[in-house]
Amino acid sequence: MRPFDYQQAPDATAAVATVARRPGAMFLGGGTNLVDLMKLGVATPELLVDVSRLPLDTVAELPDGRVRIGAAVPNSDLAAHPLILQRYPVLSQALLSGASGQLRNLATTGGNLLQRTRCPYFQDASLPCNKREPGSGCPARGGYSRNHAILGASDSCVAVHPSDMAVALAALDATVVILGPGGERTLPLTELHRLPGAEPERDTVLAHGELVTAVDLPPGSHRRSAYRKVRDRASFAFALVSVAAVVELADDGGTIAGVRIALGGVAHKPWRAERAEELLRGAQPTETNFGRAAAAELDAAVALAGNAFKIPLAANAMVAVLRDLTGRGGNG
Amino acid sequence: MAELLASKAMGTSLRRVDGVAKVRGTAPYAFDHPVENPVYLFPVQATIARGTVSWIDTAEAEAVAGVIAVLTHLNAPRLARSDDAEYAVLQGPGIGFRGQFIAAVLAETGEIACHAAGLVAVGYDIAVHDASFTAGHPGQYTPGQVNGGAVPDTAAGDVEAALAEAAVVLDQTYTTPAGHNNPMEPHSTVAAWEGDSLVLYDSTQGVHAVRQTLAPLFGIAPENIQVAAPNVGGGFGSKGLPHAHVVLAVMAAQCSNGRPVKFALTRQQMFSLAGYRTPTVQHVRLGADGAGRLTAISHEVVELTSRIKEFAEQTAVPARMMYAAPNRRTSHRLVPLDVPVPSWMRAPGECPGMFGLETAMDELAEACGLDPLELRARNEPDLDPETGKPFSSRHLLECFTTGAGRFGWDRRSAVPGGRLEDGWRVGIGAASATYPFYRNPGNAARIAYGGDGTYTVQIGAADLGTGSWTVLAQIAADALDCPLEAVRLEIGDTSLPVASVAGGSSGTASWGGTIIAAADAFRKEHGDRPPAGAATQAAAPEDPEAGRYALHSFGAQFAEVRVHADTGELRVSRMLGVFSAGRIINPRTARSQFIGGMTMGIGMALHEAGIMDPRFGLVVNHDLADYHIPANADVGDVDAIWLEEVDLHAGALGARGIGEIGITGAAAAIANAAYNATGIRIRELPLTAEKFLS
Repeated sequence: MRPFDYQQAPDATAAVATVARRPGAMFLGGGTNLVDLMKLGVATPELLVDVSRLPLDTVAELPDGRVRIGAAVPNSDLAAHPLILQRYPVLSQALLSGASGQLRNLATTGGNLLQRTRCPYFQDASLPCNKREPGSGCPARGGYSRNHAILGASDSCVAVHPSDMAVALAALDATVVILGPGGERTLPLTELHRLPGAEPERDTVLAHGELVTAVDLPPGSHRRSAYRKVRDRASFAFALVSVAAVVELADDGGTIAGVRIALGGVAHKPWRAERAEELLRGAQPTETNFGRAAAAELDAAVALAGNAFKIPLAANAMVAVLRDLTGRGGNG
Repeated sequence: MAELLASKAMGTSLRRVDGVAKVRGTAPYAFDHPVENPVYLFPVQATIARGTVSWIDTAEAEAVAGVIAVLTHLNAPRLARSDDAEYAVLQGPGIGFRGQFIAAVLAETGEIACHAAGLVAVGYDIAVHDASFTAGHPGQYTPGQVNGGAVPDTAAGDVEAALAEAAVVLDQTYTTPAGHNNPMEPHSTVAAWEGDSLVLYDSTQGVHAVRQTLAPLFGIAPENIQVAAPNVGGGFGSKGLPHAHVVLAVMAAQCSNGRPVKFALTRQQMFSLAGYRTPTVQHVRLGADGAGRLTAISHEVVELTSRIKEFAEQTAVPARMMYAAPNRRTSHRLVPLDVPVPSWMRAPGECPGMFGLETAMDELAEACGLDPLELRARNEPDLDPETGKPFSSRHLLECFTTGAGRFGWDRRSAVPGGRLEDGWRVGIGAASATYPFYRNPGNAARIAYGGDGTYTVQIGAADLGTGSWTVLAQIAADALDCPLEAVRLEIGDTSLPVASVAGGSSGTASWGGTIIAAADAFRKEHGDRPPAGAATQAAAPEDPEAGRYALHSFGAQFAEVRVHADTGELRVSRMLGVFSAGRIINPRTARSQFIGGMTMGIGMALHEAGIMDPRFGLVVNHDLADYHIPANADVGDVDAIWLEEVDLHAGALGARGIGEIGITGAAAAIANAAYNATGIRIRELPLTAEKFLS
């Protein structure tokens, strides 16, 4: 681990100003990923600006009915918050399926979004990796690729984003509030993370010094929602594939009025399944339609040597979640 | 037969005497031992799999404030012997595997040492390496012997002719991946030289084994090495003998201006420096007559070894004694590769070998139209098929009968895939377990009377967390016929009489038998009312009948699994092991050993696989986030029971080992249950979701 300086930020504006003017500075939230990466020599910040104690630790309803989650809210608190449990069960489920109780107590909302891939080649500084060392190559392609991307990957990178929470937020049409040196801006969560393209070293569209201060959830109840995580062991494992879905049925129950689906474990970002949504909107909630939508979404999937199973697995998981949420699928 | 020691303290579920200290965090492990003014070591590891270090520049590392020394092959002390390549640390520029030590930084703090280690610059002459393990590898050879000392190949009768004539033939290949010992406590050493004497706190399964290994390397008398290991946080074989890190720590302590050196491997480093279980490819052929009686057993194994040091896992050895068949063949072939050195991991040989054999038996049962338990009953041997000797105590079928009733074997669907519950396919499977009985020679114990009613009982044994502190005290109390409270047990230090390593499930029998002998000698010498200060030391007795019997433990293992119909995820909902292991000294710690082995078997069945990337010679999933062992949520209802018995041919203790047998049948039972649940037969561990995805 390289020696580094540490300071606690007095407020968000000061934190942003400090990090923005020091290229080697990074924000520190719960540290559950960053500190690991520092120990491994993968992250080598000169300065850590601790933002975990800023007063960004509340979950509150805004006047227009949206719910604002402070970036420093621990994952455990967020999962157990009454507003989240009542209106956004998919988010609570996703949070509780991630990591372990101890890690969720430390991990923050902002840090969860900005955690880095667990690709083993990325995490071992003795190996080439385009994400860690641009231009050095991607050994995951042609190597141990079981956990890697099937959608949106590039020649330079096949890593997946590891967050469960972000998948649920993508399905909920959440918005990210960002504070930069020039002021505040907002961004749909689905536009926060990037596909790797030729610049896999950039996980997100954030500029250096920009700080996520909050995540906003849209108003209303999203009770018909669920998160299904498929994983190798029953807890404390990253997703092979995960599905977050929010469904509204028409009043007569015969058709799908609204549907939002996001996939985890398949791409460099939480993958919003827009093709599937398009096919399902207005359609009858049947097994056939679910399967057709899943197939359409995964039509663009490209398997590596070790992860072809993810394509049928993602399709099966999507169908299973939609079946459970609509109470349908037994016929047709 | 030896006269059996009567049970008073033995057989009771005494709580661990070290439990409170461990729960409170006050029990010292190796790295915890306070030493004055320590220096911290962090190693530099080779990033190529084969070649030589052509240059190494330590200037930048040495310039870091707080760095005391940087050792490389250019300046490291010379060892007195360097014929064992694993131990020849920094003795030359050669590199035999990726991860090998090529330098070490000593510094005032661990953080400084780690930082400076990253600043050591290295150039290599890279040689072509080979880290690709395949069964057809042209370099494979027959080892002189396999681990444990058995011959590599055996043959009896005519297997080919028997298979050609058999009514039913099973011919399949089973594979197990590399397994990595991951004890909770990483491998750690604190080393200090005091003149010509060496003092070590080491996380080891045998303090005397450490001393005996290090003495010739450093050219000093064994008596000049003191090793202490009062508590050990698991070993599973990986601490059975010292690995290179101990040599490095001791060597570094020669370069630290007399200051003690502290060195703990990181979890990632353990994957290349602490030993591991070889992957295996097992070709199993079984021939049976129309009634399901085996006429032929053939178990042919290909596995790997490191090129620099041979380790030959005895994978096919259990097939030599499990079942009766007139025609038998076993063989072991090793593929030498430029990879880290494999070694012992819980039940070497039996663990992977019983997966192949017991999955094959399940397949044969179906091919014969027999219940799997009935197939075993029809092939129970009267004598050990390999040696022709009688078994001292073989109750395999009784284990199956007892377990079948308790587990609800009659609920097993005869047709695979017959049970669907809430979207999960449910199945039940079973497999045999076995482990040989080992007693190690060369033990001694000392007993002294304090005059205050207490007896000090000394033996340099180890407690890996298994309960030796507790059960040896129970044995001593009964051997001395005194209350448990009167026993002051001392273990885990080379200042105590010599003791064998805690390996091969041999500890309790070897050490306990020696304590019994010492107690006998003490009473003979000093009587029932000894004077204060009376003391006797005695060695373990020879067991004149030891060679007359085949001594093995047996077990029947049952598993119920649930395989998700949509995703293929497999969860083990229930497990039961019924064991026959001779006398049980302490039911509480014994149960913990059995269910611990079974739980590790869940890991073997579902999760554990070291993924070698042959391009780099590196196990890429080298941490616990990627190399999965079971989490609590993966372990459902796991229970272990045993037959009440005493082995009349296993010395005065009448106990065989229990530390390893729990893992030996677990993976096959789970795989067989998965087949019963789904109709999908998986012959390659681990049983991951994609293998059941339809």
